[in-house]
Amino acid sequence: MANTLFDKVWDSHVVRQVKDGPDVFFIDRHFIHEVTSPVAFLGLESRGNSVVYPGRTFATADHNTPTINQHLPVADPLSANQLDALENNAAKHGISHWGLGDENNGIVHVVGPENGITLPGATIVCGDSHTSTHGAFGAIAFGIGTSEVEMVLSTQCIMQPKPMKMRINVNGKLGLGVTPKDVALYIIAKQTTSGATGYFVEYAGDVFEDMSMEGRMTVCNLSIEMGARGGMIAPDAKTYDYIKGRAQTPKGADWDKAMKYWETLYTEEGAAFDIEHTYEASDIEPMITYGTNPGMGMGVTNSIPTAESLEGGVETYRKSLGYMSFNEGDSMIGKEIDFVFLGSCTNGRIEDFRGFCSIVKGRKKAANVTAWLVPGSHKVVDQIKEEGLDKIITDAGFVLREPGCSACLAMNDDKIPSGKLSVSTSNRNFEGRQGPGSRTLLASPLVAAASAVQGVVTDPRTLLV
Amino acid sequence: MAYDKFGVLTSTAYPLPTENVDTDQIIPARFLKATERVDFDVNFFRDWRYNQDGTPKVDFPLNKEIYAGSKILVGGRNFGSGSSREHAAWSVYDFGLRCVISSAFADIFKNNCLNVGVLPVQVSAVFADTLFAAIMADPKTEINVDLPNQKVTLVATGQSESFVINTYKKDNMLNGFDDIDYLKNIEGEITEFAKTRPF
Ligand code: SF4
Repeated sequence: MANTLFDKVWDSHVVRQVKDGPDVFFIDRHFIHEVTSPVAFLGLESRGNSVVYPGRTFATADHNTPTINQHLPVADPLSANQLDALENNAAKHGISHWGLGDENNGIVHVVGPENGITLPGATIVCGDSHTSTHGAFGAIAFGIGTSEVEMVLSTQCIMQPKPMKMRINVNGKLGLGVTPKDVALYIIAKQTTSGATGYFVEYAGDVFEDMSMEGRMTVCNLSIEMGARGGMIAPDAKTYDYIKGRAQTPKGADWDKAMKYWETLYTEEGAAFDIEHTYEASDIEPMITYGTNPGMGMGVTNSIPTAESLEGGVETYRKSLGYMSFNEGDSMIGKEIDFVFLGSCTNGRIEDFRGFCSIVKGRKKAANVTAWLVPGSHKVVDQIKEEGLDKIITDAGFVLREPGCSACLAMNDDKIPSGKLSVSTSNRNFEGRQGPGSRTLLASPLVAAASAVQGVVTDPRTLLV
Repeated sequence: MAYDKFGVLTSTAYPLPTENVDTDQIIPARFLKATERVDFDVNFFRDWRYNQDGTPKVDFPLNKEIYAGSKILVGGRNFGSGSSREHAAWSVYDFGLRCVISSAFADIFKNNCLNVGVLPVQVSAVFADTLFAAIMADPKTEINVDLPNQKVTLVATGQSESFVINTYKKDNMLNGFDDIDYLKNIEGEITEFAKTRPF
């Protein structure tokens, strides 16, 4: 029988199937951070267990970390406490740890691939739902809860029912100013925020083949926002080029052996999916969200749909627009904004900064806009400097901050104040996600850049010609 | 973390018909700074329960005296979307709830609930509407959730629907077991398997 990429990777990690129950699923790589791991270590210790494969777990500090003055002690005592807990737990159990200021430090889903920990055909979990990012390399990667973090630490397995399979094809060529973020927001708008619940997604078609690894990471990252367990893309020459020679990738004979395996990782002709969707690249415009979930998105030049034009959920829809202080039929173009956030594991990579700079170059930040530009890792910072993008950023009146999750979930000081409107390249526009009362418009780095220099929501295509 | 066994539960219920309730509402990120699992009920639905000055929002169902002490929450479609934070499931449990009923759950939230002793019961959209209507008509409406027989019943009228849960998870809930007990028990098998992994 013809097999899918997903089946190949999943099935090869099943230790045993529990009768009328989940699979005992082996985990190759496990990332931990300061927020969802401390209670797992407490549980582990209270049961008298130890970490069975410390070499398979990697710790980085990101969710709580300040994005300025990282050389100073962390001021918030609760954050400092979590960061200490991570460091101590890692030291105690022999787990590698990239704390604040470490050259490898950054957002977990940015530093994993950078260090070659993320590999095709691997299973990867982390107590963060955007673990789906790593699927860009042909890995099965998804977010887990703290109980499961403890399971992985103490047994290297979790118990998971196998999800159903969905394939999403996007064919053709993307237009000017249309980025991987727009592709993802377009798909989520079509699927809604729960359309892929219960599924694992494979992305296929020209658009993903043509996409850079950074772009593929952005797309896979957002899989969770349509409810999917995760998303993945078959590895190809681009994948191998990206991972080759990185700190933790196999070397020499191990590499050759791994390559033999990796080259079997594709969906065979005629393999069956539970459901399949196909979209055309030419239908996708630069996107923006207008509501309080990532499925409430549209082309940036469109107007907010009326409640009547949607299927059901009128009350929830109106509540959402009420929170945003928007009206049905409003155009987003020209709405005055207060903040711009460039960063997160969705759009905090070098390509995102290149995109942002391609628009702000030679222009100036609008006076009404506060902008937070937060690279995803120290390696991204280094590359920004190497390419001279920092100069473009400063000349345009912006400031480059230090790496971390920052305003993506606003656990540190980077909170959008109540009522303020932000164009953000992150992944969630939930009520209060970026700070209590904050209002978030999710968009690409290009839309963020165009809006940052104009001070109002702007179609980046008007500045690209 | 140990939790109380779940068998048959009869209780009134809090109604929360809003759709797509995400985990950032169930427990906002700024309350995830603990390093121990204690008192997550305090900030359960923090921004929907309290005004910015800390006074309770009287209209919010979780604040209404009439529902106080309910062990069931009936939520809108796609309950628990968003973040993987298990803190959301902890806050449900710590608030005194043992069961959430909805016509659709987000995957990770559902998993987390099962791991901490909260039973997620998925019902049809029609039955969910029946439950909401009954609670609206009479806030003292009782719902019976029978895990052994996988059945949820509106006590007053006897209307009921069966729900799905796999045998393994059901046994866990009935006995208060968890996955770590199971996994530790097959440790030898896992060790052998690990030797076959290429990286
Ligand atoms: S940037 Fe946001 S989504 Fe990504 S790991 Fe950090 S908090 Fe999670």
